[in-house]
Amino acid sequence: MRPSTPGSATRRRAGRLLRVPAIAAGLGLVAGFVLLGFFAPWIAPHDPTAQDLMAVLQPPSAAHWFGTDDLGRDLASRVIVAARADLTIVILGIGLSLAIAVPVGLIAGFIGGHTDRVLIGISDAALTFPSLVLAIVLVSLFGAGLQSVIVAVGLTTAPALARLIRSLVLTTVGADYIEAARAIGASPVRLIRRYILPNIGGRVIVYTTLMGSHAMLTVTALGFLGLGVQPPAAEWGNMLATTRTYLATASWLLLAPGGAIVLFIFGLNLLGDALRDIFDPRLLWRP
Amino acid sequence: MGLFALRRLLLLVPQTLGVATLIFLVFRWVPGDPALIAAGPSATQAQVEAIRRDLGLDQPLWVQYAVFLRGLSRGDLGTSLSLKQPVTRILRTRLGPSLVLMAASLALTIVLAIPSGVVAAVRPHGALAQAVMGVSILALSIPNFLVGMILMQYLAVRLGWLPAAGTGGLLYLVMPTLAVAARLVALVSRTTRASVIEVLNEDFVRTARAKGLAARTVLYRHALRPALVPILTMIGLQAGYLLGGSIVVETLFAYQGLGQAMITAVSLRDYFLVQGITLIYVAGFLLITLIMDLSYAAFDPRIRYA
Repeated sequence: MRPSTPGSATRRRAGRLLRVPAIAAGLGLVAGFVLLGFFAPWIAPHDPTAQDLMAVLQPPSAAHWFGTDDLGRDLASRVIVAARADLTIVILGIGLSLAIAVPVGLIAGFIGGHTDRVLIGISDAALTFPSLVLAIVLVSLFGAGLQSVIVAVGLTTAPALARLIRSLVLTTVGADYIEAARAIGASPVRLIRRYILPNIGGRVIVYTTLMGSHAMLTVTALGFLGLGVQPPAAEWGNMLATTRTYLATASWLLLAPGGAIVLFIFGLNLLGDALRDIFDPRLLWRP
Repeated sequence: MGLFALRRLLLLVPQTLGVATLIFLVFRWVPGDPALIAAGPSATQAQVEAIRRDLGLDQPLWVQYAVFLRGLSRGDLGTSLSLKQPVTRILRTRLGPSLVLMAASLALTIVLAIPSGVVAAVRPHGALAQAVMGVSILALSIPNFLVGMILMQYLAVRLGWLPAAGTGGLLYLVMPTLAVAARLVALVSRTTRASVIEVLNEDFVRTARAKGLAARTVLYRHALRPALVPILTMIGLQAGYLLGGSIVVETLFAYQGLGQAMITAVSLRDYFLVQGITLIYVAGFLLITLIMDLSYAAFDPRIRYA
């Protein structure tokens, strides 16, 4: 009998997860958008910034699948290029959030005492701000633009994530197997890597997925308010903001950017909710 | 309960002070020079200096902080740079419409979401249950400003039933309320369904049924009250959304509330006005958290605060 390696067990578990329809559909949608964003310059049928003042506000046609905007730019191309901006912000913003929250949560939960009190005090102070209010304040201080929005997403989501990780660590630290590992002389680093992280990882992934859908709502809201990515660069939220003026005569302007936002967030929600049912059915809250 | 409430109320004082200090520090850290912005692009160096003296920005940080705290204790939050009015006067005219919008959204959520969640729990395979689960995940994927734009397109532009934007009577409130409430209705109906299903499986519900009570009595007199605790928790967790979401929706509908004023102030770099509005939002958030904490005990007799 050959002992199964951890790698093959993980692969088997991943294979089982993919057979859940909601997970497959959600992952498919999200992966589709990631590919779209990554290959945006090659996929976009037209130059997203090329203006054609002879063909402004055209309804959808064979040449322009989703029509053209007020400057005659191809909406399909703009939405594809905007996918790159929006996904970059969400991925880097969540990355920043994890880079802050994972160490802070682990240290606070594992070391405890004064360190814990200071770190949790800081995150509680940040949590007294409604998250979009904090994001608006941060973006208005740093000045509107891509980098500011990434920082705003990272800083507004990190406190709650750190708190979650800390509470997950606290529930595992008291377990017998941790005690046993400690008794045979495992170092703190080994305890965290070998025993704590694998135990809390699933729930952190669930939360991060749902956080991604929330982050996209924040990013597009900031774009819509004129505080995010600045025109002429395309971003789904700022594309919808320009639409407002022409809504009465050109309602198809809503279709492409609106559809993209809804499909992407829907994919993440499907994925997150299905993963939550598997990893942590009692988890009630959402970011 | 009384003592807990009192202690929780007293805690509000240091909390507010801490948050005000935090906001003060964050806004003093701003890279742009407010005096330069207030003076306008054509001002001379001497004029900028005069304005800086006027605003007290030439003083050391601790003096500015003392002035800020003294103003705060008197209900004075400085003067708006763009509107040349006391910030508190602007807040007073803008707070009302925002409170009305948030209260209407919350009321609509409770009226729609709790009954539909209960029905979905009692008849898990009925049409409403399917709709609650199917529509809600879609509703959670649509940003509130997009809901607002679609409503505006149909109810105002095409059908002409409602005014497209502005503040005024009840008609102006309909679309902003629907736009803010859509996400809340979805979340709360899902939570209600899950919570009621869980309580219906409890021993005390089985006992009530075994006593021969009518299904209706079991549901309304025994199951609903404990089921309200997770529902309240969910509503409390969404308080931040209610405040933030109203900012976006107010801006879309040119609804003359705090949020719309905040976005205008941000775009004009009206530093003291943004600071004042932020303070109101954070204080409101603290207050909602307090009310939620106190109301748990009222709905679940098992929760006791010593």
